[in-house]
Amino acid sequence: MNTGFLTIYWRDMLRFVRFRTLLFTSLVQPALWLAFFGVAMSNNFDRLTAALPTIPGVPTVGYLTFIGAGVIAMTTLFTSLFGGTVLLFDKNWGLMRETLSSPLPRIHIIIGIGLSGMTKSFIQATVIMLFGLLIGVRFFDGYTLSQTLFSVLGIMLFVGVFSLGFLFLSGAIAISMESPEGMQAVITLLTMPFFFTSNALYPVDSFPPLLRALSTINPLTHLVSGIRYFAIGNNFAAIGIQYVYTPNDIFVSFLSLLTFAAIMFLIARWRFSKVSVT
Amino acid sequence: MAADISSDIGNIIDVKNLEHSFGDVKAVDNISFTVRKGEIFSFLGPNGAGKSTVINILTTLLKLQNGTAKVAGHNVAKEPEKVRESIGIVFQELTLDRDMTVRETLEYHGRLYSMPKEERRRRTEELLRLVQLEGKGDTRTKYLSGGMKRRLEIARGLMTRPKVLFMDEPTIGLDPQTRIRIWEYVREINREGTTIFLTTHYMDEADQLSDRISIIDHGKIIITGRSWELKNKLGQDLIYLESSDNRAAAEMPRELGSVKEITEKPKGLVLMLSGDGTHLLPKLMEMLTGRGIAITTVNLKKPSMDDVFVHYTGRELRDEGAEKMSSAIIRAGKR
Repeated sequence: MNTGFLTIYWRDMLRFVRFRTLLFTSLVQPALWLAFFGVAMSNNFDRLTAALPTIPGVPTVGYLTFIGAGVIAMTTLFTSLFGGTVLLFDKNWGLMRETLSSPLPRIHIIIGIGLSGMTKSFIQATVIMLFGLLIGVRFFDGYTLSQTLFSVLGIMLFVGVFSLGFLFLSGAIAISMESPEGMQAVITLLTMPFFFTSNALYPVDSFPPLLRALSTINPLTHLVSGIRYFAIGNNFAAIGIQYVYTPNDIFVSFLSLLTFAAIMFLIARWRFSKVSVT
Repeated sequence: MAADISSDIGNIIDVKNLEHSFGDVKAVDNISFTVRKGEIFSFLGPNGAGKSTVINILTTLLKLQNGTAKVAGHNVAKEPEKVRESIGIVFQELTLDRDMTVRETLEYHGRLYSMPKEERRRRTEELLRLVQLEGKGDTRTKYLSGGMKRRLEIARGLMTRPKVLFMDEPTIGLDPQTRIRIWEYVREINREGTTIFLTTHYMDEADQLSDRISIIDHGKIIITGRSWELKNKLGQDLIYLESSDNRAAAEMPRELGSVKEITEKPKGLVLMLSGDGTHLLPKLMEMLTGRGIAITTVNLKKPSMDDVFVHYTGRELRDEGAEKMSSAIIRAGKR
């Protein structure tokens, strides 16, 4: 087996660890989201929903726990969408000519960048979960050790597939763009609809039909559902709404993410086959 | 086709009727040439002459449109992977990761070409010695001087022991001393057996470094040959001589035919020739000595590469070169 993608992976991780500032901010930023937005909104929502009757027999979780999953998902989305940027810089100022003129099949560049981006997302998700538990996110509540480990594994599986999909998308955009400013603009534009038509920060149940439809095909919604299922449970209430996830729902969500990643992979492969750096 | 095979032997690059267009613009116009195993071969020409296009096709970065090209025995269009494995490239622009160290840069390259770990380590140390960057192994490339970066790129091009090293404008934007050192490395590499194909718009670079030169302009090869061959073809050599009897000497050389003009100088004579002076000079000296005239000083001046270039292309190269230099500096400043 050709393990050329490991070369791309090695180099991208080298950069990740080398830029201390980047490393530090990428870990602190999601924690800050949770600390400021999470805690602030949590107090508001919990006050607003305090008057609502609790659903008998269904455990109610606070807003902070509810959006804990959202913050993991959102961070993964942002990190992954920007994860391909290195390719644009390489193309304009760096190693891309060297890499493309080597015998390494181009597909390995995509895979390598995908895997290194995925690794970064794993690290971030871990940090958010640990920090969250510290400030009162009630993940894995009442789980045994093996249940917790199984849940963490499930979360990572969802995060991994999701991040691969967006890294492929990001790579495809990066290799097609000319300027970093353009890339920044396109990605900022993309994050909006993904972010706000998802269930990351609020329930989608009262969305108008169009938004509702968008949210069901939004990979971010599927990721958030997966994380909540593993971290909180298959039946809970938050902000006065009952959430029930059957294993079937979760399986469908996972399949959706796989499909999304596969399509993005094909798009990236197509974009890379078009690249000529001269 | 036995004849064809035998003519291939000894040629490491074989290009026939190569053509390449960008839209309506014909960048390469029916070029054919061969590069022999072990030589340093240069493409000399101004900006936009098509030099880089040819290099990009030969290194498989650009898809071949028309014609055939073989590098290290492999067809560029049919076996690009094989070609890639047999060549090294030093690009015109810097293609280093500023935040990787010198050693990591070479390590990355070795890995890209699936070199075994042990060999990567050994080759890295060997090359750092060759290009005299031993002390810089753990320095990030952004802290290297322009010349050091170039040397690192040359080392990288050699990492996999390529059969041919392609160098696109290897000393562009470097100061004169650095350029001379780079030339020394190039000669050293060539002595060790690597064939070198380089493009340049510097006359002196083509002149001093290459075994053979092709002058290329408007996508066509104007003429190919050894530097002295090109100059000899041009003729117009000058001979300066001082002798025991300059006046008597001035009468004689006309008999030799290829002397166009004789000018008397305060202490000697200047003969302008219409052809190659290297063959004429011994005859001239023999003749004068035969007639009892003792020669005290003699000097033969060959035409320069600039003269050759102007003669064949009808234009100077200098100004474009200066432009290119300054734009390279601007680019480097932006990085």
